[in-house]
Amino acid sequence: MHKGGHGGARLLVVDDNKVNRLLLARNLELQGHHVATAENGRVALEMLRAEAFDLLLLDIEMPEMNGFQVLEKLVNDLQLRDLPVIVTSSLEGLDNVVRCIELGAEDYLTKPVNPVLLKARIGAGLEKKRLRDQQKELVRRFATPEVAQDLQESGFSLGGKRVRGSVMFSDIRDFTPLVESQPPEATIDLLNTYYTLMFNAISGHGGIVSLIIGDGLMAIFGAPLPLTDHCDSAVRAALEMIELIQLFNVDQAAAGKPQIRIGIGIASGEMVAGYTGTNERATYTCIGDTVNLASRLEVHTKIADRSILIDGATRAGLRGDVELDALGPVTFRGKSQPIDVFSVKLGQ
Amino acid sequence: MSEGTIDLATFEELKANAGADFVRELVDTFLAEAPAMLDDLRHALAMNDADRFRRAAHSLKSNSHTFGALALGAMARELELGGLRPVQDADGAPLEALTLEYARVARSLTELKRA
Repeated sequence: MHKGGHGGARLLVVDDNKVNRLLLARNLELQGHHVATAENGRVALEMLRAEAFDLLLLDIEMPEMNGFQVLEKLVNDLQLRDLPVIVTSSLEGLDNVVRCIELGAEDYLTKPVNPVLLKARIGAGLEKKRLRDQQKELVRRFATPEVAQDLQESGFSLGGKRVRGSVMFSDIRDFTPLVESQPPEATIDLLNTYYTLMFNAISGHGGIVSLIIGDGLMAIFGAPLPLTDHCDSAVRAALEMIELIQLFNVDQAAAGKPQIRIGIGIASGEMVAGYTGTNERATYTCIGDTVNLASRLEVHTKIADRSILIDGATRAGLRGDVELDALGPVTFRGKSQPIDVFSVKLGQ
Repeated sequence: MSEGTIDLATFEELKANAGADFVRELVDTFLAEAPAMLDDLRHALAMNDADRFRRAAHSLKSNSHTFGALALGAMARELELGGLRPVQDADGAPLEALTLEYARVARSLTELKRA
């Protein structure tokens, strides 16, 4: 794949006319690019789906599948819709140019193509692709794969939709004394390791981390992508998180460093999931009673002296065998009705 | 001679950009492909196939411009944009004229290729 600079990109030239195909490929090769060719739109799409290209040079008037049809296919293809396309055509009429641009083409060059102009447009197209790739990479890094996929498929819009899922809150116990007992660098180190372990456990079970606050995190199972067994997934993730913390503590103890304990609360039910914030700064999250309850359950782990607490709805949604202790009904602040609370036995 | 048939400035520019050896091969490719385009035009006219007619004329126009065959390009363009009707009305005359011009272009390109 193309990296930095604009030489040596992989380009696909599509033209049914052999003279045009050869000449365009020659010009591009002289500019230092690697060129593959296809003689119509259908062949081009097959090649694009089989191997990676940095840019497509597309003729319009072609048998079997013309350039307009190729552009339409690309727009609707998640994998290919960001591929820059430069239309090279001797088709006349402004309406044809407009149609290409509307269908997502970056540019429209009239044949015979001037090599200097070609070089400039290819450079611009590749630069756009580089920025788009960079943007996608940033979204991937900061938004979890599921949210990145949701953004790519549905686009960004503020506002939510009702979903059924499980929400998890997790927190490090007695974190403040821990912070005060060691240098700040050591705390950041510890948090980074802790988050890496927690993210792995959560995403390994289909959840997404939607919020990080200090030493606490909120995870969602069942949004943005539906998850049929969100209750099991959340509970299994929680068990794995506890297990990973135990292993982490063994290492910490061996290195003479402080050990940590975490508390996890899980609640399930209907919630509103979506992007909240402003158009400039937004985050994917869930809101509603279920979210509040999960947070209360996490706080309650300290009072009950248990590691994982779940509500009755999560228990009812469990499909697999999970050993639980019924702790009876608890009345939480802000809730009118007492909630049945269950503790998940560790080491299952 | 090539004068009038091939615009030499265009042809020289092509050589400067793509290299003389490559242009020789490109001329050979064109001379090998163009008769099929002329056949396509004739068949399309006989079968009243407007799409095929337009595509073949379009292709010939595009290649003519590449080599600087301005008159041939202009004639092909007229067929592309005008469609079958005017050619049918004139009993195929524009297509015959284009075939003659192509023969001149082919001779000129062959000469230029050797030069």
